[in-house]
Amino acid sequence: MPAPIRLRELIRTIRTARTQAEEREMIQKECAAIRSSFREEDNTYRCRNVAKLLYMHMLGYPAHFGQLECLKLIASQKFTDKRIGYLGAMLLLDERQDVHLLMTNCIKNDLNHSTQYVQGLALCTLGCMGSSEMCRDLAGEVEKLLKTSNSYLRKKAALCAVHVIRKVPELMEMFLPATKNLLSEKNHGVLHTSVVLLTEMCERSPDMLSHFRKLVPQLVRILKNLIMSGYSPEHDVSGISDPFLQVRILRLLRILGKNDDDSSEAMNDILAQVATNTETSKNVGNAILYETVLTIMDIKSESGLRVLAINILGRFLLNNDKNIRYVALTSLLKTVQTDHNAVQRHRSTIVDCLKDLDVSIKRRAMELSFALVNGNNIRGMMKELLYFLDSCDPDFKADCASGVFLAAEKYAPSKRWHIDTIMRVLTTAGSYVRDDSVPNLIQLITNSVEMHAYTVQRLYKALLDDISQQPLVQVASWCIGEYGDLLVSGQCEEEEPIQVTEDEVLDVLEGLLVSNLSTPVTRGYSLTAIMKLSTRFSSVNRIKKVVSIYGSSIDVELQQRAVEYNALFKKYDHMRPALLERMPIMEKSASNGPTEIVQTNGEAEPSAVESKHPPPVTQPTNQANDLLDLLGGNDVVPVIQTTMPTKPASAGGELLDLLGDLSLSGGPAPAPAPSVPASQPPFLLDGLSSQPLFNDIAAAGIPPMTAYSKNGLKIDFTFERANPNPNIAVITIHATNSTEAEMTDFVFQAAVPKTFQLQLLSPSSNVVPALNQGTVTQVIRVLNQQKQQLRMRIKLTYTHKGSAVQDLAEVNNFPPQSWQ
Amino acid sequence: MMRFMLLFSRQGRLRLQKWFTAISEREKKKIIREMTTMVLARPPRTCNFLRWKDLKIVYKRYASLYFCLGVEDEENELLALEIIHRYVELLDKYFGNVCELDIIFNFEKAYFILDEFLMGGEIQETSKQIVNRAIESSDMLQEDDHSEWYDVELFG
Repeated sequence: MPAPIRLRELIRTIRTARTQAEEREMIQKECAAIRSSFREEDNTYRCRNVAKLLYMHMLGYPAHFGQLECLKLIASQKFTDKRIGYLGAMLLLDERQDVHLLMTNCIKNDLNHSTQYVQGLALCTLGCMGSSEMCRDLAGEVEKLLKTSNSYLRKKAALCAVHVIRKVPELMEMFLPATKNLLSEKNHGVLHTSVVLLTEMCERSPDMLSHFRKLVPQLVRILKNLIMSGYSPEHDVSGISDPFLQVRILRLLRILGKNDDDSSEAMNDILAQVATNTETSKNVGNAILYETVLTIMDIKSESGLRVLAINILGRFLLNNDKNIRYVALTSLLKTVQTDHNAVQRHRSTIVDCLKDLDVSIKRRAMELSFALVNGNNIRGMMKELLYFLDSCDPDFKADCASGVFLAAEKYAPSKRWHIDTIMRVLTTAGSYVRDDSVPNLIQLITNSVEMHAYTVQRLYKALLDDISQQPLVQVASWCIGEYGDLLVSGQCEEEEPIQVTEDEVLDVLEGLLVSNLSTPVTRGYSLTAIMKLSTRFSSVNRIKKVVSIYGSSIDVELQQRAVEYNALFKKYDHMRPALLERMPIMEKSASNGPTEIVQTNGEAEPSAVESKHPPPVTQPTNQANDLLDLLGGNDVVPVIQTTMPTKPASAGGELLDLLGDLSLSGGPAPAPAPSVPASQPPFLLDGLSSQPLFNDIAAAGIPPMTAYSKNGLKIDFTFERANPNPNIAVITIHATNSTEAEMTDFVFQAAVPKTFQLQLLSPSSNVVPALNQGTVTQVIRVLNQQKQQLRMRIKLTYTHKGSAVQDLAEVNNFPPQSWQ
Repeated sequence: MMRFMLLFSRQGRLRLQKWFTAISEREKKKIIREMTTMVLARPPRTCNFLRWKDLKIVYKRYASLYFCLGVEDEENELLALEIIHRYVELLDKYFGNVCELDIIFNFEKAYFILDEFLMGGEIQETSKQIVNRAIESSDMLQEDDHSEWYDVELFG
């Protein structure tokens, strides 16, 4: 058998291959040669063959047949063999296969070898890919080497110990004695790896953390020496002495100083020194400054130091180097919550970063800008952000639009400004806004009564320009349907009223129906809008004609609507005005019950219109879609229950505020509670029809309890089991008020831990009469499939003697029978 | 800690892969594919940092080679750039004006140097001279293998 070709020759040969197929052929040929060479148990060339195999592995070809050969190389006496063997082990073996365990003995022997470079190889391999079993077996050897005076081995042993601890945390204790004088080393390699080891131990164990706090003075001293010492050629990087070690020490100090006043105080001076003395012309200096800033922000530093840190970040923002700007924005984003005012000072620089060319920087600048918006700067910031929205990449538009909506909602200086801002977003980024912004906007518009005429006029004008952006078109159709009368009567106060006839309006709406640009949802909106105009306009015949045409539309949804509207014209014409009248003002809290306006499912519509106290919907459009779907699309709507005063746009956010660490059952809200009893989420529907669900009779055997009693408001819970599903507990709350004044706008909200599911039904009323003269009741149904202990957090809001009251409470005293 | 270091050419050919955690072959291939695609797609003059899953990716191009480090969230990105640079300097000192071909034809040496500089996802030695000396001594040990006797001078 001729000698196998050398590694470099193989590489050269393979590189001459012109196609993938040619390369594969060469590789296969060589693999075959290598395999037969392995079979011959040839010691001389094993090393060369494995090296070639490793090269081919890097190109992406399978090399597992070389695994055992690596082990043979490791066991060899020759250093060359061992070197390649260990490299092969690190590249080819992985801890999932038992083969790697065969290495353990070899490594153990090599850890005790007379040549330090062999010991080094063993430590390196163990420290890079040692499995938990191997770590357990060899931890003792590593610990021994951690105490050696040979610094070359000591530093490797330290990192190996880090790996052992990561794999088998219980072994951490055994390395503790060896750490005693690690920091008194002069050798930087050992110092660095020791700091890494200490950091790892402190991060994993609070006991270790308190134990090592006493090292703070020593660490401070080492850091000081590094800064003050003169030029040291061995460790110098652009004039800074061992930046890697400096950064590592700063990180350890951060961990030790966190939440500890004494340690934080002990490191104040050195941090200030590093922050002011570090040379910032090169990246390496900025790396140290960056780490220093992170440390200052995390420990209990005095305010002067914090301001210094934020100013450093501010300076970073002005740096030409993109990396540094990026890092500054990321850090500012982390600190904006805690040091809001300090970050505000750099607002203009941050806003300038919106114009940066780098995508990552732009994104961070955008997030930070939104975090900095407040009541004072809303107008200026919004101008910048809207300008950004106009010109940014499509990936950003959705997030930016949502951010604009949220900010506008929180800080809008006037309703007109708010509506103008939203219009601007819809016209410039209309196709990117999230789905829930349409109903939110509609709700906002409904509530701004004085702006109806202005809004519908602007929307109409926008429609004339462009009907391609669906959210805009949907909102516009809805408004025209609602306020079309204001539009044709030319009543606008805010701006010059336009002259438009009924026919022109109907032309536009019909145009939407036939346009290719309109989605089915949009078509639904415009058909309903046309229908609504039948009570506001005089050209009823035209509308009747349109509606009847769509009675034979291919689109099932449209057809259904048209047929129902036709029915309205023909058989229920007397009801039409009442049904299609103006939408009442929706409270900001809203539920997802079916719309009150159009309900042509044959059920008693008047009763739906009558139910006043559950406020109308946040999403009339969804309702319009779900006309006959009484069970409803519940999962789409993030609302808790009927009278919850949460803003719909930030429903998710508010809920999380309420619930803190009690996470909600599946999704952003407990099961929604429709205002019509017939609509219930499926799981609770089993066995139960539309009977009244609450029951004043205390459930047999489960005693009632007082869940809350404060300031005259008392809330009692009574229980009953829902048949046939014993996992459902039906709780009725009884709210009474012993004070002299009544409590109005009373809202009860509840949240349960994740393993439960919760449904709240409509309350009997939202006024709790004074002097215990009456009770407000509400039914809660809790599904407790895992039979866990029931806990609940409740939030109560009400108005009492003219002022708004809000309270949060946790209910933990549920009787065991209620959840067992 | 660092999770991995990859070196690849501008055409996306892998020149070195160092993994500091135990993951399957398939997972490794997937990561390599994603890294090369992401990094090669970056327009020029953008910053050297990316977010990918829960990691920060720090990359830098030196001539025809991309050096790509995947680090965990607490790591200092600016220092990661220095780590990459230090590795390039070590290679440069060893090979003398290192270029991609050196790393292609001597990949095992590139690994050996890396293994003296980093270990288990952390920096092992912060002095350039000590790393160089260790490599030189190890190379000399290899030379001695070819000689009759196995007796070597140890450099501390």
